Amino acid sequence: MTRALSDHKRRRIDELIARTSEPGGVSLLRDAGRRLLRNPTAIVGGTIILLFLVIAIFAPLVAPHDPIQRFPELTQKLTVDSIPGATAGHPLGSDPLGRDFASRMIFGARQTLFVGVLATLIGLLIGVLLGALAGAIGGWVDNLLMRLTDVMLALPSLLLAITLVALASRSTQWTVIIAVAIVNVPIFARLLRGSMLAQRESDHVLAARALGVKRRDIVLRHMLPNSLTAVIVQATLTFAVAILDAAALSFLGLGDPDINRAEWGLMLGVDGVRYFEVRPELAYFPALAIILVALGFTLLGESIREALDPKNRR
Amino acid sequence: MPLLDVRDLSVTFERRGTRPVRAVDGVSFTVEPGQTVGLVGESGCGKSVTSLAIMGLLPRRGNKVTGEVRFEDTDLLTLRPKDLRDWRGRDIGMIFQDPLSSLNPVIPLGVQVAEVLERHQGRTRQAALREARELLDAVGIPDPARRLKEFPHQLSGGMRQRALIAIALACKPRLLIADEPTTALDVTIQAQILTLLKELVDDSGTALVMITHDLGVVAGLCDTVNVLYAGKVVERAYRHDLFAEPRHPYTHGLLQSVPRLDVDRGERLHQIRGSVSDNIPWPEGCAFAPRCDRLVDDCIGETVPLEPTFRGGALRCTNPVPKEVAV
Amino acid sequence: MSDALVEIDDLKVHFPIKSGLLFDRTVGHVYAVDGVSLTIAKGETYGLVGESGCGKSTLGRGLLRLVEPTSGSIKFDGTDVRALAGEKMRQFRRRMQMVFQDPMSSLDPRQSVQSLLVEGLKAHGLHADAPTRLKSTLDAVGLPASALSKYPHEFSGGQRQRIGIARALVLGPELIVADEPVSALDVSIQAQVVNLLGDLQDSLGLTYLVIAHDLAVIRHISDIIGVMYLGALVEEASADQLYSRPLHPYTRALLSAVPIPDPRVEDRRERMLLAGDLPSPANPPSGCRFRTRCPWSQLRCASERPALRVFDDSGQRVACHFAAEILSGKLRPHEVRAELVRPDSPGADAGGELIPTQPDLPTQ
Repeated sequence: MTRALSDHKRRRIDELIARTSEPGGVSLLRDAGRRLLRNPTAIVGGTIILLFLVIAIFAPLVAPHDPIQRFPELTQKLTVDSIPGATAGHPLGSDPLGRDFASRMIFGARQTLFVGVLATLIGLLIGVLLGALAGAIGGWVDNLLMRLTDVMLALPSLLLAITLVALASRSTQWTVIIAVAIVNVPIFARLLRGSMLAQRESDHVLAARALGVKRRDIVLRHMLPNSLTAVIVQATLTFAVAILDAAALSFLGLGDPDINRAEWGLMLGVDGVRYFEVRPELAYFPALAIILVALGFTLLGESIREALDPKNRR
Repeated sequence: MPLLDVRDLSVTFERRGTRPVRAVDGVSFTVEPGQTVGLVGESGCGKSVTSLAIMGLLPRRGNKVTGEVRFEDTDLLTLRPKDLRDWRGRDIGMIFQDPLSSLNPVIPLGVQVAEVLERHQGRTRQAALREARELLDAVGIPDPARRLKEFPHQLSGGMRQRALIAIALACKPRLLIADEPTTALDVTIQAQILTLLKELVDDSGTALVMITHDLGVVAGLCDTVNVLYAGKVVERAYRHDLFAEPRHPYTHGLLQSVPRLDVDRGERLHQIRGSVSDNIPWPEGCAFAPRCDRLVDDCIGETVPLEPTFRGGALRCTNPVPKEVAV
Repeated sequence: MSDALVEIDDLKVHFPIKSGLLFDRTVGHVYAVDGVSLTIAKGETYGLVGESGCGKSTLGRGLLRLVEPTSGSIKFDGTDVRALAGEKMRQFRRRMQMVFQDPMSSLDPRQSVQSLLVEGLKAHGLHADAPTRLKSTLDAVGLPASALSKYPHEFSGGQRQRIGIARALVLGPELIVADEPVSALDVSIQAQVVNLLGDLQDSLGLTYLVIAHDLAVIRHISDIIGVMYLGALVEEASADQLYSRPLHPYTRALLSAVPIPDPRVEDRRERMLLAGDLPSPANPPSGCRFRTRCPWSQLRCASERPALRVFDDSGQRVACHFAAEILSGKLRPHEVRAELVRPDSPGADAGGELIPTQPDLPTQ
């Protein structure tokens, strides 16, 4: 007895094969992006950051007033033991100099994010450069650079930043940015170098060598791009730390001495502390904002790490 | 009465954000006292998940386990984790593929063997260590008295696997589950370990569930063989029957596709097209259908049932390989 | 006999064992490959078999100069490969390609198949006719043209290995070194890849050096088989000859250890079990390296290292003082006591840690 496969069943099988096969053409990065968008943690983190970014970028449009303008109706009410709270036109009340607190908070987002992002990016750039050099060249270059980073890592990061700021004769916001950036350099450099060394021993780099791919291309096309993912994740997490470090420096009075500058760390450190018993909101709001942004970056960074982890695919 | 009776065991992975995956799909088999049963299949067929489910070693979170795992009169799946731990090691021993990660790297070997005896048989440390030395000797580890004080990293892979076997057999369990015990080992070491396992099982009357992808390992060791494909048992047979007359096209193809040392080498190997992971989960009918050469209408549509054959065997196929065509 | 494509003479690859906190000090060597001579004829398949740590992978990589040999000579089609420097060597790589064990780790996960295949072409200035080359190569390895836009993780293991083969093939090499090309694959897929390698050899006239631990697979695809033990060839013969008349005790043990998927055979088999483990390649035994596990070992084996010599007219080569006596049964096997072998340096497994490339462990 021979039993054949009828045409409609044949078609059914082909149809099922087509349905259960993956369409493909999705790179790992895009795949990770998809998973990121499905992850509620990432959505929360991303939303927080996006919100603050929008506020920072459109601060002049969002803020009700000019952050450095002193309002007579507020200054008149300032006394030794009271700072006016919310009034019409000033939803968060006044700061100790009679300026609109809400507007200062909004412009503070701009300053704070600017410092945090720039410090991270500069640190990232220099760190990646040094790490790539060490990882690609190896030998004494590697040894020298790594001992250097060892020395930097041996000091607590905030202490190092304080030292750097103190060394600068005149403190501006750039000293803060540079100090925080330099603190981050060894972290990025070591991370990149480590993962490039791992890449160097990997099968696909060996495969590229076997193919006869040029050394330069192996470094630039294989070792570096595959090592960067770890660094990008680290960068997202570093944003949070950079913002906190910058805030800490300002808090300690090592930031920009310009009293007109609205920056959360400065607001928390100077006014918040000085007038805490008079009006604690002056400390609460900047602190809360710093915590929120840092949390946003941490959540996003962790989710990116999770999404990029090949173990979580599918 | 069978020693172990697995009935309709299913394991579903349920992870957040992904569709549930049924890794084991209604697996049933029995193990008689002293019997050696093989679970054979390729990666992703569910053989290892089956063994973990039997031992209750799957994390509760994210895994749904249904069915029954009867060990004598007790359904192991209904036991509380604490009670199950009493069974594990005492009545059921287990050996894994990677002996290094199965042993604790910071505890001397002797203590690791002795701890099992202390926990399950209430020995004193002194008595347990003495017994541990005998156990290490029994599994062929040279100079066992000195090995007792050593750490896993000081031993070679083969010796570590022997130590793991010693631990698994310490309480003379009635059932031993071995999950790819020789896959990480070289072929000459594999031969040593398989011979050792066979001797120990024969001498002690322990029943053995052998999980492997290697048909050669099964051929020399198991009484009954279950072939798994995509989470289901597709064929079960007494080993001589299975290798002499494989009925399922998958088993048949698999046996024909491996080059054999003892036959003249032909020009081309028989090959099964496609691969296991291509079309899984397969929505209807037989999961092997997209790779099968013997497709008929009944392969698609209804789920193909596992029908009993002879001598305790079973087959899940609507158009099996005729007996006379078999190897 | 046809022309030799590859001639390896007394090749040695020794890896220094470094130690020290600030300044590296060489405290010893791993003798991964320690004096191997072999010839691979054009259009033939040379199978290299042995257990993990025997140096077979290192030999393959040394031949391609992916690890730098310590001494010895490599001739490829008359060219002294070891004399090639820098850019010359890079260009020469087009003629000798490699297929890896694990197609997942050897394919850059970030690159699509297209870019994986084009990369080699670009490196050798061959990308002018890339489209036609890609198409014919994909055809040859049995992948659809739609594969080009996909990424390695979207394929099954067997298809990934086809991509790995395509990447080597697209350059039009003469020699392919395949390091455990099927051991990471499922049983039902191994046959596909083995057949593919055979088909490609027939149609393109390729020469293979296939490195594997699976004797059944090696026997199926090889013309000549070399058996390695602790960095040296212990026996070499044609595939059929090796299996019908193994001369070296280690070859015998290997053959007898391979499980055969047939209960009738398994039940009747007499196993020759080797005692103990493979000694450390950093500290090999004196004389014959196999003597610590050999049931036929004699006093002479400890003092004198047997050379690989031609045994008889068949051309079979063996490195054993007593091959003839063992074959004729004049020498009887004796009991061997297992010596305990330490894994090298803490944390290292069977020398794997010390060898900078992947250890050739069978994985599944």
